[in-house]
Parts: sequence; structure tokens; C-alpha cells
Amino acid sequence: MITWLILIPLLGATALYAARPFNARVIALGFNAFTLVIAFLLWRNFDSQAGGLQFVERCVWIPAIGAEYLVGVDGLSLLLVILTSVVFPFALCAGKPERGLCALMLITQSALYGTFTAQNFVLFFLFYEMSLIPSFLLIKIWGGPNRDRAATKFFVYTFLGSVTMLLAFVGIFLARGSFDFQTLSQLGKGGLLTGNVRWLAFAGVFLGLAVKVPLFPFHTWLPDAYENAPTGVAMMLTGVLSKMGAYGFIRLLLPLFPNEIKAAGPWLLGLAVCSIVFASLAAWAQTDLKRMVAYLSINHLGYCMLGLFAVAAPVAALQPIDMQAALSGVFVQIFNHGITAAALFYWVGLLEQRRGLRGIDDFGGLMQKAPLLCGWMSVAMFSSLGLPGLNGFIGEFLIFKGSFVAAAPFTSVAVLGLLFTAIAFLRAMQALFSGPLTSGSETVSDLRRREQLVIVPVTLLMFAIGVAPQFIFNIFNKTVVQVAQLLS
Amino acid sequence: MIAWTIYLTFGGAILLLLLPARAARWMALATSLAGCGISLAAFFDRGIDPAQLTTIVRVPWVPTLGMYYHLAADGISITMALVTALTAISAVLFSWNVEERRNEFFFWLLLVIGGSYGVFLSADLFLFFVFYELVIVPKYFLIAIWGSTNKEYGAMKLTLYSFFGGVLVFLGIITAYVTAGSLDFNELSRFAFDPALQKWAFPVLFVGFAVLAGMWPLHTWAPTGHVAAPTAGSMLLAGIVMKLGAYGGLRVAMNIFPEGFHLWSKWLAVFAVIGIVYAAAVALRQRDLKFVIGYSSVSHMGFVLLGFAAGNVLGASGAVLQMFSHGIIGALLFALVGVIYQRAHSRDLDVLATMPIRRALPFVSFAFVIAAAASMGIPGFSGFAAEITILIGAWSTFPVAVWITGTGMVLVAAFTLRILRRTFFSDEATNPSRLGDPNPTFSPITFPEKAGAVLLMATTLIVGIYPKLLLDRIMPAVEAMRVFSMSS
Repeated sequence: MITWLILIPLLGATALYAARPFNARVIALGFNAFTLVIAFLLWRNFDSQAGGLQFVERCVWIPAIGAEYLVGVDGLSLLLVILTSVVFPFALCAGKPERGLCALMLITQSALYGTFTAQNFVLFFLFYEMSLIPSFLLIKIWGGPNRDRAATKFFVYTFLGSVTMLLAFVGIFLARGSFDFQTLSQLGKGGLLTGNVRWLAFAGVFLGLAVKVPLFPFHTWLPDAYENAPTGVAMMLTGVLSKMGAYGFIRLLLPLFPNEIKAAGPWLLGLAVCSIVFASLAAWAQTDLKRMVAYLSINHLGYCMLGLFAVAAPVAALQPIDMQAALSGVFVQIFNHGITAAALFYWVGLLEQRRGLRGIDDFGGLMQKAPLLCGWMSVAMFSSLGLPGLNGFIGEFLIFKGSFVAAAPFTSVAVLGLLFTAIAFLRAMQALFSGPLTSGSETVSDLRRREQLVIVPVTLLMFAIGVAPQFIFNIFNKTVVQVAQLLS
Repeated sequence: MIAWTIYLTFGGAILLLLLPARAARWMALATSLAGCGISLAAFFDRGIDPAQLTTIVRVPWVPTLGMYYHLAADGISITMALVTALTAISAVLFSWNVEERRNEFFFWLLLVIGGSYGVFLSADLFLFFVFYELVIVPKYFLIAIWGSTNKEYGAMKLTLYSFFGGVLVFLGIITAYVTAGSLDFNELSRFAFDPALQKWAFPVLFVGFAVLAGMWPLHTWAPTGHVAAPTAGSMLLAGIVMKLGAYGGLRVAMNIFPEGFHLWSKWLAVFAVIGIVYAAAVALRQRDLKFVIGYSSVSHMGFVLLGFAAGNVLGASGAVLQMFSHGIIGALLFALVGVIYQRAHSRDLDVLATMPIRRALPFVSFAFVIAAAASMGIPGFSGFAAEITILIGAWSTFPVAVWITGTGMVLVAAFTLRILRRTFFSDEATNPSRLGDPNPTFSPITFPEKAGAVLLMATTLIVGIYPKLLLDRIMPAVEAMRVFSMSS
């Protein structure tokens, strides 16, 4: 079943190549319906009480270097598979209906399914890299005015990280003779490697993942890339691609290098706090809406990193219950941020489409002209700043609850990030929605029926998670317990 | 049966001269297709034991001197025969429109191909040398008559270098013959040479081969030769001829003088790593598209040497896989550059940047992106499978070399990205004021060219996704070599 999940988008990309160009998006969405159904079936048949991998498929691949085709899902993988299946149709609806663009998006989608389900490093790396060239081309061909620089920066940063990660894993393979995630994570406790090499390996993997998330100070590619990417692509980048990094931290770095993380704990926590605080300050200072949302994306993933590092390298003694709280928060935040950030980019895209501009001061008094648009858009903004009752609150609340016990000094600084985020959003809302109508905004039309069809389900999902989050928690409860056991 | 590849190719070459010019290309195509059919049949023939150099033909030639017409094949030979066949077909397809002295052109082309089959299949040292030298002459004519930029210089430099290498090889061969009294590969590989002799005989022989393999610092013929050659000529040079040197180094030098190899292996590693990094850095500064590809060939051949230098089964198997893989990828890159040059009449990156090549030649752009990805070592293409195997093999012997190679990989990605951006995704092309020629006429890609490109792309993809196909043949053969079974 998982193999089909990976193959269907690829088939879709091939079909697009053969099809007539004018209905490219419809075809792409059709293939996405299939993947959505498969993701739903996986979810229905997933045994949430059982630990470990489910729906495992394995066969011999390259025995010479210990690589096998091994895919399967646990709670975390399933969560991300579902997220991918939800965000992609959404992003496709927002993107241009061009054949090449849709085909590259589908290839990226397949790469993401593969990344989230692969349980062997070589296979994981194959999919991890498979997303690189399509994303580069998506930014380079369809991007904004500064696309060349943005795409190149994105590619070079990511590729550098990939090479260091690859080298680190080659070293681990030689020492331990395995690329299998489960085998390696069992060895992680006793130390995968010895001597100074272990620090090199740790740094290699860390760099590869930190660039992808991105974590301060490896984030500088992100604002350019997100700003210049077309709306649909930006949604995909922030919604799912950035999750590859966060997923990698949970799947690879934490289980494989627990001792190294403990030793470097304060530094890592410091980086996470820097991500949170500086990115939210930077967001506050932006005048371009898209850039603002891009910086907030760094900020929100910073919370995930804070929670993870706090659990993995606690400064104070930590009860299992707090650990599980923080980890659950991280998982749910990953999912929420995928939905919410994609929605925010969608809104910015809609505004840009109507006005041709996206500066924070180019609008004003939109409430008079487009009440529906303003109403629904503020839901996404409130969700992002963490208003209770909406999805963003749950994740951040749980993360702070857990990390405060584990690393109080860092967490109390990180709270500043919440404040700055709120300021940035309120400032944006005020400038956009209220005040006198700016010249040029008179013609801005309200939400169209087609746009409502796209955005209303997503917004309802935000409410649903905010009010009754249990259905999300059920997916990964068992996995959280296992990860917590692994780390304690 | 695989011996027929040699006879058919030489037979075809002679027949070609008698045919009218119209039929020449069909004859060449038929010959190369037949060669490919035979190689494929041999490749999938369970009767051929990949672990043993199995004799196919053994007829006395000059019995008093111990010379035999002796052909034999093992897993490495049939792999190399297969890459020869595939490159040959695509080289013929990409020279479908050669107008000037067509019969002669295909005659020389087939001579190179036939000689290469001969080298890969000989099991008698003298016969090997005859085929090896036979390849040099047609190369000279191909470049000097049908070449482009600086063709006389390029042709002469290549020929002189080849002869210089040939002299060293000849010295080594004579030494082996005089000492062991035999020219038979199987007998020589069992003969215990005096270590003191091996100490100087190995470098002489290996350097002789390494000239053709493009080892730094003897590589300088390669970029100029590649640039001067016609498209099919550079495809054969990169695809097959450089592999002849590497194959000789492995089959003859390393296998006959194993102790000499172990004495010198660390120097090989040093030269290999310098070659990888240096060539990639030089490629980054080139303005001529074909020079970039030429230097990338040198860089990729550095990986082959590194794999050999590792001195273990994994490294050498990876090196053979890389020989196959680079044969395909290098040929594809040169072919596409040829297609572009034919239409744009320029290879200068600054000039190409002003032309709307992506819109005029969409298929070429697509194929070039695939080739670039494969060349960068993106997983899923054959280059990655080969490089990771080499890196794993080399790590256990020379970890530092592997780390430095990591930088080389980033540089390869950087220059590949640079040519992609300049040639296909340049923003200047969309700016009409910068266009040199407002309406450049690009004739679309022809069907033979398309077919050749598809063949090569499919091969690199198949081998990349399922490298076991080749490794199953290569590894037993490598394991059987005494140089890898003895301890250093």
C-alpha cells in the first residue's frame, strides 16, 4: 500500500507529460484524490495501540552496502503522510495550472511520501534528495524577481547539508554495519561511535537536518526561497518540505546520538531559542507580507526544536509525563504548522493576486470591501499566533508545558517569541483590515466561490484540531511513549 | 558468443566503406545494435560465470613467443562490453546528420568501438595491447577531420599522450612477459613476482594506463581532446576510451602486480582525491560548456581511481560501477552539448545565457536536467550508487580522502548547477534587449537524437534504482582477483 502511495504521484507526473497541457491541474488533483484515499485507508487500518512499524514492505535492494527497500509507518510517519496528502491538493489549488509545475509538484510529493516512510538510510536519502531538484526548478522557473539567487542559495545550502549527512552515515555504516533505522536506534544508547569521530558524525547529520528545518543560524536561505517561490510552491515548501528536517531530527538524530545531544544540550537549546526569538523579531520588522510569514515559519519550527532538545537534553530532572507532553506538543505542532503556514501563504497569495502587491502598507481598510476574506484570513492568523480554540494553541501549550519543566531558563526566554509573533500579526491585521481604504484597494473583490471551496475545509480542520484534538493524538500516542522511553 | 561483438563491428566497419553514403549510417546503426544485442545476451546469460575469466576462444597465434588469440570474459568484461554497446548505439544516433565524408566517419567510429570490445575481452597480454593501441589511430582521425575548436592541437595532444602511456604500458608488459614467461592473464595472475620488481614495475604499468583514464596530473589531454572532438567522438572518449585505461589499470597492472599496488595505493588515493577536487574547481571557472563537461569527466574518473586505491572489494566494485555509470552519463552530457552547439553555434556560457534554449529545445532541457542530476550524484541515478559504494569502500582505508572527496562532491554540484542556470534557466533570456539574435532559429531535436538520449537516460535510471543488476556480475569478479584477497 505504501509503495502505491509513493508510485501514484510519479504515475501522475508521467501522465501529465502525455496529457494535453490545459487540464494539467485537474489531472494532478485527480491523482491526489487517490493518494488521499490511500492515506485515509492507512489511517483507518492503523492500529494505534500497537507500537512499532506497521504496513511494512521490504525486499532486497543493494545488499552490497546494506541497503534494502524497507518502508513502513509508525505514528509519526503516518502523521506526516496524512499531512502531505492534505497539504498537496491545497497547494495545487493555489498554484498555476501549468503542466511542468504540476508535474514537478507531484514528483516532490512522491519524494516526501518516500522520505516519511523509508526505514533504511539509503532509501531515506534517495527520497530526501529526490525532492531537491524539483524544488530548485520550481523556484527557478516560476519564482519571483529574485528567483535565481533564491533557488541557487536553497540548492547549495541543502546540498551541502546532504553531503555531510551522507558522509556521516557512511561512517556509521562502517562502524556498525547497518543502515537500518531500528537497528541503529537500538545501538544509539550505548554510543554509535567512539572517540572524536562521533562528534564529526553528529555534526554531519545535525548540519544536514538543521539546514532543512531550518534552525538558526542555518536559516538564511529560507526567507529568500519562500519569498520568491510562487504561492503553491511556498505552501508546499513550508507545509511539508520543512517537515523533512523536523522528522529527521526525531527519526535520526535523537535516537542515534542521545549522548552527544545531552552533552551539547545547552548549545542546541540556545540555537532553538535564537530561532524563536530572532525570527519573530525579524518577522515584526518585515514590510513584505510573504517575507513576514516566511520568518514566522522559522519561528514556529523553532518551538518544535525547543521541545525536542528540552526532552532529549533536559537541564532539570524530567518526569515521563512531562516528556510525553512536550513530545506530543512537538508532533502536533508539526502537523499544525503544516496546515496553518500553508494557509497563510495561500492568503498572501490571494492578496497578491488581487492587488499585484504584498507590502503590509499597500492595503488598508480591506474589511469594508472584503469582509469574508478578512474574516477567514484572520482565523489563520489567530491560529498561527496560538489562540486557544484553534489548532496552534495545543501544540505550543504542550511544548511549553513540557520544556518549562525540563529547561526553565531557555523556555522563559522563548516565551518572548510568542509575544513578538502576536505583535507581528496584530500589526499586520491592523494595517490590512482596518483604517481608511487605501487608493487602489477599492477594486479588491471579496472571496470567490472557488476560493471558498478551497479555504473553508482547511479552516474547519484548524477548528476541529483546536476543539477536539484527540483524533490527532490517537495517531501518535503510542509512538510518543516509545520515543520517550528511548530518550529517558 | 560475445566474441562476435568484435568480429561484427570490424566487419561492419569494412563493409561500410563499400556502401553508398546513404546507407552508411544505417549500416553503422545495425552493427552497433547487433553488438548491443550480443552484449545483452551475454550479460543475462547464466552460463557465463562472472567470477572467472572464462575462455571463449583460444587459438595459437605466434606459439614460439607464447602469443595466443585468446578471448575471455568475466563479470567485469561483460559489464564493460555492455556500456560500450550502449554508448556505441547512442553515438551513432547522435551523429545521424554528419554530412562530411560520412562513410569514413562511421568507419573510424566503428574501429574505436571494435577495438574497445577487443580490449575488454582479451585475455592475452599481447592481444590486449594490440587492441589498446588500435583505438588510438581512429581517435586521431575522428578529431582531426571532424572536430571543432582547435582540432589539430587537441588531436595531436591526445595522440601523443596516448602513445606516451602506451610506451609505459609496453615496458610493463615486456617486464611481466620476460619474468613470468607467459602472456596469459590467468597464468600471470597466479605467478608470484618478486616484490622488488613489483615495486617499480607496478607504477610504470599503472601510470601508463592512468594517462588514458585521465588521472591527475596526466589528465590535460582530456578536456582539450573532448572539446576538439565531434559530438560522437567526445561521447566515445568519455564513455569508453577513458574506461580502457581504468580497465587496464585494474585487470593488468593491479592484478599482475598486487604487492606493488599495495605499496603504492596511498599515492593513488592522493592523486585521485586531488583529481576529483581540482578538476571540479577548474570546471567551476570555465566559460565553454564543453570544457565544463570535459573537466567533470576528469573529476568523475577520479572516483574510479579512488575506488581502486581503496584496495578492497567494495571500493573496486564501486569503481567498476562508476566506469559503467560515467560512461553513460558522460556520453549523455556530451551528446546534449553537441545538440545545443549545433543549433546555437556557440558554447560560450555567456552567449548561451542570452538564448531562450529552454523554450526552443524543451526535450533537451529536460534531458540535461536528468543528466545533471545523475552527474551530481543525486540518489536514484547510477552515479550515486557507484559513488556511495566507492566512498564506503575507501573509508575503511583512507577516511581522510573520503572527507575531502565530500568537498569535491559539493563542487561538482556547484558547477553543474552553474551550467544549468546559465544555459537553460537564465533570466537574461527573457529580457528581449539582451538577446543577440531576436529570432534565433533552433531546429527541433530530431528523432534519432531523442532516441539516443532516452536510451542513455533510461540506463542511468535503471542502474541507479537497481544497481544490484550490475553489482551481481561485478562483485564476484572483483572478489576473485587476488589483489583484493591478499592482505596489504
